[in-house]
Amino acid sequence: MTLVELTDVSKRYGAARALEGVCLEVHAGAVTCVLGDNGAGKSTLIKIISGLHQHDGGVLRLDGEETRLSSPREALDRGIATVHQNLAVVPLMPVWRNFFLGSEPRKGVGPFKRLDVDLMRRTTRAELLRMGIDLRDVDQPIGTLSGGERQCVAIARAVYFGAKVLVLDEPTAALGVKQSGMVLKYVAAARDKGLGVVLITHNPHHAHLVGDRFVLLKRGMMVGTHTRDSITLEELTRQMAGGNELDDLRHELERTG
Amino acid sequence: MSAMPHGPVDERFLQVSPLRRLAARPELGSVVGAIAVFVVFALAADGFLRAGSLGTVLYASSTIGIMAVPVALLMIGGEFDLSAGVMVTSSALISSMFSYQATANVWVGVGVSLLVTLAVGAFNGFVLTRTRLPSFIVTLGTFLMLTGMNLGFTKLVDGTVSTKTVADMEGFPSAHDVFASTLTIGGLDLKITVVWWLVLVALASWILLRTRAGNWIFAVGGDKDAARAVGVPVTRTTVGLYTGVALGAWISGQHLLFSYDVVQSGEGVGNELIYIIAAVIGGCLITGGYGSAVGSAVGALIFGMTSKGIVFAEWNPDWFKFFLGAMLLLATLLNAWVRKRAEATK
Repeated sequence: MTLVELTDVSKRYGAARALEGVCLEVHAGAVTCVLGDNGAGKSTLIKIISGLHQHDGGVLRLDGEETRLSSPREALDRGIATVHQNLAVVPLMPVWRNFFLGSEPRKGVGPFKRLDVDLMRRTTRAELLRMGIDLRDVDQPIGTLSGGERQCVAIARAVYFGAKVLVLDEPTAALGVKQSGMVLKYVAAARDKGLGVVLITHNPHHAHLVGDRFVLLKRGMMVGTHTRDSITLEELTRQMAGGNELDDLRHELERTG
Repeated sequence: MSAMPHGPVDERFLQVSPLRRLAARPELGSVVGAIAVFVVFALAADGFLRAGSLGTVLYASSTIGIMAVPVALLMIGGEFDLSAGVMVTSSALISSMFSYQATANVWVGVGVSLLVTLAVGAFNGFVLTRTRLPSFIVTLGTFLMLTGMNLGFTKLVDGTVSTKTVADMEGFPSAHDVFASTLTIGGLDLKITVVWWLVLVALASWILLRTRAGNWIFAVGGDKDAARAVGVPVTRTTVGLYTGVALGAWISGQHLLFSYDVVQSGEGVGNELIYIIAAVIGGCLITGGYGSAVGSAVGALIFGMTSKGIVFAEWNPDWFKFFLGAMLLLATLLNAWVRKRAEATK
């Protein structure tokens, strides 16, 4: 089932062209990887999918219906949860407040309507435990967790709130090997639950581990789209690094070295 | 904190001592400071511990505290309001002049003042969220405009810098009861502003810690973009916070009017910093995202004790400002240290 479909989508910031003619499909229970170097337009692409920015040209379809997302709230309401690279959590707030931020459960009536704090604490702890994160204290500021754990909390939150599409912006960019592995494990777990996952990365090794289809971006343009069985890791890495440019670079370095 | 009904007790819970838990509270530093200030003046000033002095100290604290509460909430939400001080005067002037000129019941003026003051607060919030200018600039602009309007309108309407008395007008006695009366509780004379103050502290604490809006305030102040990305209505929260400051300004302004009957139009300049200092001494992080309403109350209490304690101790009042500056620096350093310790409990 195609959850999200982009056809010929483009986006300009003033005179600068950020995206041009990009096509992308996100299927339920599959991981779509978007690869590209810095400045390739990866961030712009997810901002369109997550409702932070609107596209200028082309068509965005959700469940086959043509749409224009006006805000992150609307995207969330339509089942698209985004975990941003630096915007995943509010560091000074306790873990449980972060987990429910923007979708807080309440109890009571009228002016006495209040946060259901017990439920929030209990659920946070249980949901994180299910993802293998055993928190000593859900009251600790989330900034005290490791980068990998923070990404996992954000993913757990999206899964808990019933997202159909999970968009991850460079979830492994600042992480070590072990923590990257942990995050990728949860990406796979979310996929197995039937979510459509969009994984933005510039690491072809991580992409090839979990990806089902790959979209390569360069300077705002699409330079290739592949399915898992049509491309090897070596080829993906080569294309990511700029193909022939890498060969040139190798020659140059050999001579000077 | 909450007991976990499921699963075995986690042995790592034991590593966090109750003392550490206490140290993680934002208002801890200010409570220690308040105790120190209290002890100093209890020893240095003869009359400081008398019931009459207590009433005076609480009154002085409450006039600052009523404004320090919404200013603290705004600071937790990541913004400042430099117009808060003169907005109090504006609110009082509007009540006074509208009542007098329309020769109506003072309560009509009080009602009109509420609407106009809230509108000024909302204006601050709207301009800020629309233009995305820093709150320092936006509210500095409002501060200057209000200061000018306070003087200009008063001179235009009354010919002098102060308003005419409203003491002989209809509704004055009841309005005086609500905003400026003195209650006697067990031999202690308490100004009604102390009641307003305590109610505001309780209300603000409830909002911050137990409502959805409170969660949003922390989030907007902590990381505005992250908050927006998970669907928090950032604009609505910010405008609400500025309107809250306006509500505090209205209460303070009505107290000003009904305790003196007339309003001096040049008053209020500089008070905005006092409210901010009270909030910071009370543990609010100046960059937002952290703090408490109770802390702002303790900050206001430190102000009240110091300003009146210096008088009781018969010290030169010139030292008041020096003392405040030192308190502010100490409190900020202590807060930074406490927060670092709190975050290192992992």
